[in-house]
Amino acid sequence: MIPNDDEVAGGYNFAYLDEQTKRMVRRAILKAVCIPGHQVPFGSREMPLPAGWGTGGLQVTASVIGPDDVLKVIDQGTDAATNAVSIRAFFRRVAGLATTERTREASLIQTRHRIPETPLTEEQILVLQVPQPEPLRQLVPRGAAARRLHAFADYGVMYVKLYEDIARFGRVTLAYDYPVLVNGRYLASPSPIPRFDNPKLDNSRALSLFGAGRERRLYAIPPYTRVASLDFGDHPFEVQRWSVGCALCGSRASYLDEIGSGGPGARMFVCSDTDYCEERREASAPARRAAGGGRP
Amino acid sequence: MFSTVTGGEAAIAAAHELLARKRRGDSRVAELGVDQVREQLSLAVDRVMSEGSLHDPTLAALAIKQAQGDLGEAICLLRAFRTTLERFGETEAVDTPSMRIRRRIATTHKSVPGGQLLGPTYDYTHRLLDFALMAENEDLPPDPAVAVAEVVPATLGALEGNALLEAALAAADDAEPGDITRDTITFPSRRDVRLQNLARGEEGFLQGLAYSTMRGFGRNHPFIADLRHGEVEVELQVPELGFPVCVGEITLTECQTVHRYPGDAARPPQLTRGYGLSFGQCERRAIAMALLDRAMRANEFNEEAEFPAQDEEFVLAHSDGVEASGLIQHLKLPHYVDFQAVQQLLEKLRASWPPRPQEFPDDSE
Repeated sequence: MIPNDDEVAGGYNFAYLDEQTKRMVRRAILKAVCIPGHQVPFGSREMPLPAGWGTGGLQVTASVIGPDDVLKVIDQGTDAATNAVSIRAFFRRVAGLATTERTREASLIQTRHRIPETPLTEEQILVLQVPQPEPLRQLVPRGAAARRLHAFADYGVMYVKLYEDIARFGRVTLAYDYPVLVNGRYLASPSPIPRFDNPKLDNSRALSLFGAGRERRLYAIPPYTRVASLDFGDHPFEVQRWSVGCALCGSRASYLDEIGSGGPGARMFVCSDTDYCEERREASAPARRAAGGGRP
Repeated sequence: MFSTVTGGEAAIAAAHELLARKRRGDSRVAELGVDQVREQLSLAVDRVMSEGSLHDPTLAALAIKQAQGDLGEAICLLRAFRTTLERFGETEAVDTPSMRIRRRIATTHKSVPGGQLLGPTYDYTHRLLDFALMAENEDLPPDPAVAVAEVVPATLGALEGNALLEAALAAADDAEPGDITRDTITFPSRRDVRLQNLARGEEGFLQGLAYSTMRGFGRNHPFIADLRHGEVEVELQVPELGFPVCVGEITLTECQTVHRYPGDAARPPQLTRGYGLSFGQCERRAIAMALLDRAMRANEFNEEAEFPAQDEEFVLAHSDGVEASGLIQHLKLPHYVDFQAVQQLLEKLRASWPPRPQEFPDDSE
């Protein structure tokens, strides 16, 4: 969808940020790509969205996007979530960009909390919004101490946390934002994506850029980079699984959201990735029609 | 020429006159009406009512006008007025589940019983200055239809009845709620007392501390299970009647958070609760309050309380904006006497500096 003229705001540079700022962000991104998983400080700007609502992702997107790009924005897997709607509208307004809800059609996907189910390609960039870039923050709240641990690749404290979880609860108690080791060197936060999405980062064909505006850090996972979720030989990393499939498309391979279905106790699950779900339903509709089954 | 400042009445009177002129500003610009403040700066009014602990939009607006928009000063004014009011009864607990909803969101599930109602919010606005507002030509229909939810939504987003949820504490029958305006807070404190303190705590302080819990200084990952804003009825027991009667409506913001808790020997893993409540539409403070409420329940859940936000004495003793502002600004008062004493002491210390090493007789052979 290409925005109308009256949708586009005058008085702002293409994609809101001035070119000097974009250059600064791009330099930080280049450094981040060269040192996969390493957090690069950058001169994060105040943005017209509140800090913590995707201002890091917004700055990364604004700095790498061009007039020919097609942008997709998702939040919790869906294009329809309020903040995704708002960010998409922002770029239509300040960049006059074409936007899409189709994963396959997008050249740049900005996301919060999910990675699309549809595998990404070498032609695509994934921009992840990151609230807390420091994977050690909850264990080592002071930044100077955490930086020293990164410098020595001393991640014992995280392994101890995982070990203690297993000893106390029989499993690791991190459901999302599960730490990964990038390229065998830097411990990184995959952002608060569910564990389910971690394997998608491993040897991904797409470039993944992580922007944390409030914390003034960005980092990257270049294409075809090894990304390992921390685990132990006898307690391998596991992803979430459901005993049912999506109530709409039947997929048993996607991350599911619980939706209220009225009565207490009744639980229904549907794909969190709405584009994936829709594509599957469209693909199966003709087949069902041919069989004289489903609705036209 | 040196002059000593006496308590000079003339100087004070002159300062007050200058203040009045400063407050009025350029007299060619129309004077600000209290009704304009109340109607058009309503979020400032809401904050002043909350921290001033008095639900009176008109008086809060007056305080804002009088204080030139300095909300801290306006809160002081309102508190000082509140303290003169006679207390003639205690209301029933307000029933927030039956709130007339103007706004209600839940973040734990995509769809929730009762639905999501965005209502009036800046959440998804782009923070771009709207230069059109420079001109005073806003022409809205006189009575815009206000969105009010038809159905009263469930109490706690989609989580009501969820087995993982910590049971709501039943009010103990014999325990009168504490009253921080009459009694000194003692430590360890009770939750009702903590909530009262937070309800009128300084917003920036609450926000900063709540923020610290989200950055690793006292982790308690929150989800907002239910955030609602609207009107509730206030009911009063009238002894002569023997049943509660509605004496009016107040506007509230209520925030209920849930926090993951891995359990201990006595309690299974569960979602624990935090609670925030505020007059008017003050979502930031209601959320911060809920996070701090949960953070200060650390002892209750056998959590190590090692960070400021978990330390009830640190939080409760420093949260009040009126008290904090008073002591910070008291530094503007004369301190001649103490300073003189300090100066003398420093001069004496300096006279014998560096200290000569003490000589002891050497008794080693």
